[in-house]
Amino acid sequence: MMAFYFSRLVEIFPFFLKGLWMTSQIAFISLFTCTLLGFVLGILRSGKNKILKWIIGVYVSFVRGTPFVVQIFIVFFILPEWGIQLKAFPAALLAMAIMGSAFICEIVAGGINAISKGQWEAGTASGLTLIQQLRLVIVPQAMKVILPPLVGQYVLLIKDTSVVSVIGVMELTRVGWVTVVRIPEGLMVFSLVGALYFVISYPLILLSNYLERRMAI
Amino acid sequence: MLADFNLRIIFEYLPLFLIGLRSTFFISAVSIFLALICGTIACACRISSIKLLKYPAIAYIEVIRSTPLLVQIYFLYFGLPTLGIRVPEIQTGIIALMLNSGAYIAEIIRAGITSVDDGQIEAGVASGLNYFQRMRFIILPQALGATVPPLLGQSIVLVKDSALLSLISVMELTRVGQTMTSERFMPTEAFLTVAFFYMCIYFCLKALADWSQRKLIYREAY
Repeated sequence: MMAFYFSRLVEIFPFFLKGLWMTSQIAFISLFTCTLLGFVLGILRSGKNKILKWIIGVYVSFVRGTPFVVQIFIVFFILPEWGIQLKAFPAALLAMAIMGSAFICEIVAGGINAISKGQWEAGTASGLTLIQQLRLVIVPQAMKVILPPLVGQYVLLIKDTSVVSVIGVMELTRVGWVTVVRIPEGLMVFSLVGALYFVISYPLILLSNYLERRMAI
Repeated sequence: MLADFNLRIIFEYLPLFLIGLRSTFFISAVSIFLALICGTIACACRISSIKLLKYPAIAYIEVIRSTPLLVQIYFLYFGLPTLGIRVPEIQTGIIALMLNSGAYIAEIIRAGITSVDDGQIEAGVASGLNYFQRMRFIILPQALGATVPPLLGQSIVLVKDSALLSLISVMELTRVGQTMTSERFMPTEAFLTVAFFYMCIYFCLKALADWSQRKLIYREAY
C-alpha cells in the first residue's frame, strides 16, 4: 500500500517541481518589489512630512492588524467590484507587495531612526544634499540594523506565498492540496511540500542568524 | 464603489459575525495557552544538556520555523485521517496553531533567559543563593520581564494566523466573510467588516504590548 502511494508520488513529482518553480517566481518577484517599496516607504516614514507619515502609518497598521488571507481576499474579490479585474497571479503579487512592503517599511524606518541626529547634522554641515546624506551617511549605517531583520522578513514572505494558494495560484501548497485529493496520502504529500519549503527557507534562516551575530559585535 | 456600501447586509449578518468573533477568540485563547506550555517544554529541552532532549527540540523548532503554517495545517488536516485519527477541524487547527506558536515561543523564552547577564548569576552564587533561589529571585524576574512584550507580539501573530483555519472550514471570523461572500456576493461588505474586527483585536493587544514594554523600561530604569 505504502509502496504504491510512494510510486504514485514519484510519478507526480514533476508536478511538485512546477509548483516549486511557481513559488520561487512569486517569492523572487515579491522580495524584489517589497524591498524596493519598503525602502521608499520606510525612508518617507522616518522623514519630516507629517501627512505622509500619517498615511503610511495607517497603511502599516492596516497590514499589521489584519491577516494576510483577508488581505488577499480584499485584493482578489473587492478590486473587481471597483472595476479592476486581476487574474490570480497578478492579484497574488499585488497582495504580497502590499503586505510585504509594510513590514519592510517598519524595519527600514526603525533602522533609520536608530541613527543618531548628530549624523544628519554632520551631513548637513558638510554641505550634502538630503539624498546624499541618506545615500552616503545614514543608509550605510542603518543597514547594520536593518539587514538581520530584513533577511528574517524574507523568510516570512517566502512562507506567506503559501497563502496565495487560496485564490488558486498553482504554487507548491496548491499542488499539494490538489494532489491530496487524488492520492489520499496526506502525511506523505505535505511532508514533501514542507521539505521543499524547508530547502528554500532554512538557508535564509541560517543567514539571518549569522547576520544577527555578526552585526551584534 | 464604497458609495453603495450596504450597511443593512452587515447588520443582517451581525449575529454570524459575532459567532465568528467568539470562535476566533476561543481558538486564539486556547491555542496561545497550549502554545505557552508547548513552548516552555520545548525551550527547557532546547537549553538542556541532555542530547536526547536537545536535538529533537532543535529539529522541532527549526522545521516549524522554516515551513509555512498553512502547510502544517494541511499536514495535520489531511495527514491525521490517513493515520486513522479522526479529529474535528477545530481541534486539528488548534493543534497546528499550538505546535507552530510553540516553536516561536520556545525561542522567545530562550532569548529571555540568555538575556540575563552571567554576572548576575555569579553574584547569586557568591551571595550563597542555591539554584532555586537564584531562579526565583534573579533569573526568572528578569527573564519574564524580557519575554512578556514579545509574547504579546506572538499572541497578535497567532490571532491573525487563526484566520488560516477558515481554509479547513472552521467557522471563525474569516470564514464568516467567505460564507457571506458566497451567499450574497457582497465581498466588499464582508471582508471590510472582517478586517475591521481583526483591527479592533489588533489595537487592543498592541496597546497591551506597548504598555508592558513601557512598564518594563520603567522597571529597568529604577
